Amino acid sequence: MLKINNLHVKLEEEDKQILKGVDLEVPAGKVHAIMGPNGSGKSTLSYVLSGRDGYEVTEGDATLDGEELLDMEPEERAAAGLFLAFQYPVEIPGVGNMTFLRTAVNAQRKARGEEEMSAADFLKFIRAKAKDLKIDADMLKRPVNVGFSGGEKKRNEILQMAMLEPKMCILDETDSGLDVDAMKLVSEGVNALRDEGRSFLVITHYQRLLDHIKPDVVHIMAAGRIVKSGGPELALEVEHNGYADILAEIDA
Amino acid sequence: MSTAVKSQAALISADARPASGAWAADARADAASRLAAMGLPTRRDEYWKWTRPDSLVSAVADAAEVLDYEGEEPLFDDVDRLKVVFVDGVYDAEASDALEGEGLEIERLADAAAKDIHWAKDLYGVLEARGQSPVNRPLAVHNTATATDGVVIRVTGAVSRPVSLVYRHEDASSDAILHSVVRLEEGAKLTLLENGPAAARFSNVLEVDVAKGAEFHHVRAQGRDHERQAITHMFSQVDAEAVFKSFTMTVNGKLTRNECVIDIVGDNAVAHVAGAVLGDGAAGDFHHDDTVFITHYAVACESRQVFKKVLKNGAKGVFQGKILVKPDAQKTDGYQKSQSLLLDDDASFQAKPELEIYADDVICSHGSTTGAIDEEALFYLRSRGVPTPIATDLLVLAFLADAIEEIEDEDIAAEVTGRLDAWLARRRD
Ligand SMILES: Nc1ncnc2c1ncn2[C@@H]1O[C@H](COP(=O)(O)OP(=O)(O)OP(=O)(O)O)[C@@H](O)[C@H]1O
Ligand SMILES: [Mg+2]
Repeated sequence: MLKINNLHVKLEEEDKQILKGVDLEVPAGKVHAIMGPNGSGKSTLSYVLSGRDGYEVTEGDATLDGEELLDMEPEERAAAGLFLAFQYPVEIPGVGNMTFLRTAVNAQRKARGEEEMSAADFLKFIRAKAKDLKIDADMLKRPVNVGFSGGEKKRNEILQMAMLEPKMCILDETDSGLDVDAMKLVSEGVNALRDEGRSFLVITHYQRLLDHIKPDVVHIMAAGRIVKSGGPELALEVEHNGYADILAEIDA
Repeated sequence: MSTAVKSQAALISADARPASGAWAADARADAASRLAAMGLPTRRDEYWKWTRPDSLVSAVADAAEVLDYEGEEPLFDDVDRLKVVFVDGVYDAEASDALEGEGLEIERLADAAAKDIHWAKDLYGVLEARGQSPVNRPLAVHNTATATDGVVIRVTGAVSRPVSLVYRHEDASSDAILHSVVRLEEGAKLTLLENGPAAARFSNVLEVDVAKGAEFHHVRAQGRDHERQAITHMFSQVDAEAVFKSFTMTVNGKLTRNECVIDIVGDNAVAHVAGAVLGDGAAGDFHHDDTVFITHYAVACESRQVFKKVLKNGAKGVFQGKILVKPDAQKTDGYQKSQSLLLDDDASFQAKPELEIYADDVICSHGSTTGAIDEEALFYLRSRGVPTPIATDLLVLAFLADAIEEIEDEDIAAEVTGRLDAWLARRRD
């Protein structure tokens, strides 16, 4: 599904190398997790994959089902099935959540040559998905993320994911800011979408999320590279011992 | 500005003025002599620093091609309204509804002016004359002196059916002058709609007297003809507990200057003026100027100025807005917001927000900003699959939302939003 090959990325504005040769492959139907110290480049990786401005790829590439991702516009990547749940969801005053979602769903359908969803079908669809995530009607009417609590913003990200039904979902610290119940809701939302044709890349600092969303593989990212990969037990190790041991092992 | 008037000197000659009854003749003669003393605006006037008056004062109006609306449904056609149509500045009885309505006296200005005694005497040119201080507005004076058509409306009850003034433009070289007055008696209520390009060059004055506890709602859409020019003035006096709310939407037009002068004279009154502008210089020159002057004379009144402009391809925007709080106007709550969204480097926006406050217990503020599209928001939308042009237009409409929210009637607000959306969509495809 997602193949990242020797990806080197620097900031466009300054001479600062952030990703220094990331190699990663997430096969179809799998859940991979990325953990790693603050500032190691996890969010940068997710932004570069989704096409945010401000970065320069100096080496390497990334493909989604064989298609070169890095040549596409952000909207094309989305239409190709890539989705990023933002670490910091953006507030958009004046744009209603509902309008935003309907525009997005229909734009993607159009890009894929499918028919647009009727207003009635859309309403039915979104109501069902929102109910699962305990998102009330008021939140759908309000401007995108404006005045939402931290946890509400994260649930809104998962709602978007559920509506857009992407095939490659990247979740950047979706668990941060969630209370215990919300964490369960969000995990259930994610698990409901698990499917043999859909993959997840879950960025998190905490083992707790991975109790709910069971990963197939855990990667450790440090200083712009994947330095270690393993099974779910790797997350437990990090939880107990932090990164010091792992990093020392690499340096040695 | 009318074809009968070739120069400023001609303005003061009696034969340039329309025939009328005594009160109207007096008002026009008075205006003509005021204008002679004041002179027409020139480029050197501070008040015309950012908008050149040349093409508004020239003897002959520049021609403006009549836009083909290609069978598009006219604005407000779905609204149950009393329609009054002017074609190139001339009342069209055929196209208009009968001038009558419950709680309403409505008459053509020409008819009212022919009478020797008329209530409009106390308003016509009166609020305009009062609005000449501290700044001169000679084009409004000129309008008072020369206008022959328009409507006079007296509202005595809560009128639910809006009065809708429709300004059609059919002659590419028309030079129209209209002057209307509205008097809302105590507790009366009226919605006034205005739409259409009116003429190649259009001068419009609206004087509105809102008596105690009355409510005046005004929604205006200026026509989309690219080369048309408009100079409009609204003068209003708002009495105690009364509400005055005005919203204007403008897309296209070579030159538009909308002046609004409001005196809040009774306690606990509310006056809001708002504008939403979309200007794209690619289809022809675009210059839009909002000039607003609100004076608080009374206690505990609220005023709002909410002006939003989206400009690109060399489109130019101007805002001159003032809140003047007189010494007795304690507990004034005045707010002025003028913002522009520049979609490229060629567009420009000039703003002069002013507060002048002589009372000590007031809350007044102003904010004027010039910004670009929020890149974070744009990326967020694109990352959900919304193509850049659609995402940009969503953000443009969102930017205008504050101003549109000033429209009280939800259906009309929705129609205005729909028209702005359609304008954006036409440029996208
Ligand atoms: N636009 C930018 N300007 C300056 N520095 C940046 C920029 N983007 C990223 N960086 C730097 O790149 C490094 C990696 O940042 P990134 O946000 O990818 O880390 P992260 O692994 O997601 O961290 P966290 O766990 O705290 O979310 C950090 O040192 C960060 O300060
Ligand atoms: Mg991060």
